[in-house]
Amino acid sequence: MNVSPSLDERFRAAAAVEGLLDVAYDVVDDTPVGALLVGVTDRGICRISFDPDPERELEELARLHGPRVLRSAKPVDRLRRELDEYFAGRRHHFDVEPDVRAQPAFNRRVLAELARVDYGVTTTYGALAKQSGAPDAARAVGTVMNRNPVPIVLPCHRVIGANGKLVGYGGGLDRKELLLRLEGAIL
Amino acid sequence: MAVAIPPFETFYECHKVEVMAFLGKRLGRERAEDAFQETFLRALRAYDRLEHGEHLRAWALTIANRIVLDHYRRQRPQGEMPELATNDSRPAFEELAPLTDGLPPKERAAVVLRYGYGLSYDEIGAALGSTGSAARQAASAGVRRLRKEHA
Repeated sequence: MNVSPSLDERFRAAAAVEGLLDVAYDVVDDTPVGALLVGVTDRGICRISFDPDPERELEELARLHGPRVLRSAKPVDRLRRELDEYFAGRRHHFDVEPDVRAQPAFNRRVLAELARVDYGVTTTYGALAKQSGAPDAARAVGTVMNRNPVPIVLPCHRVIGANGKLVGYGGGLDRKELLLRLEGAIL
Repeated sequence: MAVAIPPFETFYECHKVEVMAFLGKRLGRERAEDAFQETFLRALRAYDRLEHGEHLRAWALTIANRIVLDHYRRQRPQGEMPELATNDSRPAFEELAPLTDGLPPKERAAVVLRYGYGLSYDEIGAALGSTGSAARQAASAGVRRLRKEHA
C-alpha cells in the first residue's frame, strides 16, 4: 500500500500547522539564479542555498536548528512570493525576517550591518568591516559573506572589492553579476 | 559512538512506506490514512527527545502499532482486544520473543524496547503514547511477571 502524494502533503502541512518543525524547507524552482533550497524556522528565514539538493543541506540544518527538519511547502509560501516579486523587479526589500541565531556573534554583527545595504547600492568589504566595528577585518568580513546562510535576502552580492571588482560569491560570480544587474547596480 | 539522529525528513522517507503497509493491513486503506498521519505526528512530537538514532524502524512501527491498538480500543470500549492486533504486531526482537510472548501487550512492548532495543524510558513512553514513568512501570511489571513465570 503506497503513500499517496495527497496524504504525504497533508502530513507535511499538518506538521507545520502544529508547530512541530525546527525547520521547514522546500525547493523554489526556476528562479533566474536557478533552483534554490530555502528553509524557514518559526522566527524567519534561516537558509537559502544555491545547491537545491537536500541531501547536502539537511544534516547541516539539523545540526544548527534541531532534528525536526521536514520539507513542507506552506511555511515557505511567503518567502516564495517575495522572491518572485524580487526577481520580477517589483520588490526592493524583503519583509521576511532573517533568522541568524545559529551564527557566531561576529557573523551576526556583520550580517546585521549587511542588512542595511540598500537595493541597487554596492559597498566594499572594508566599509562593511568598519561599520561592524572591526575596521581591520575586511578579510574576515569576506569570510562571513562567503558563509552567509541567507544570500539574496541578506544582500552579500552588494559587497564588492575596493577596486570595483566583484571579487567572489558563495553562489558563483555569475549569480552575483546577475543580481547586481537586476538591481541596476551595474550595467 | 551512538548513531546520530537523522533529520526527520530522512527518518520519514525511510519508513513511510513500511508504516503505511503495516497500517493498511490492520485498518484498511481509509482508516490507515488517518493513522499514518497520527503516527508520524506522534513521532515528530517525541523526536527531539530521542537520545540516539538506533532502532528507529522498530520505534516507528511501535508507534504505529500503538495507534492501531488505540483505534480498536475506541471501537470496543469494553477493552476487548482483537487477536490480530495483540499477536501479530507487537515489536519483535528475536532473542526476547520466546521469553516475552506470554506478557500483556504493553508490558511486552516496554520490555522488548528497553532490553531488546535499549531505548530510554522517555522514548518508550513516547512510542507507547504515555509517559516515561508509565513505561518504566510497565517494563518492571513485565520483568516481575517473567521472573515469576520462569522461577
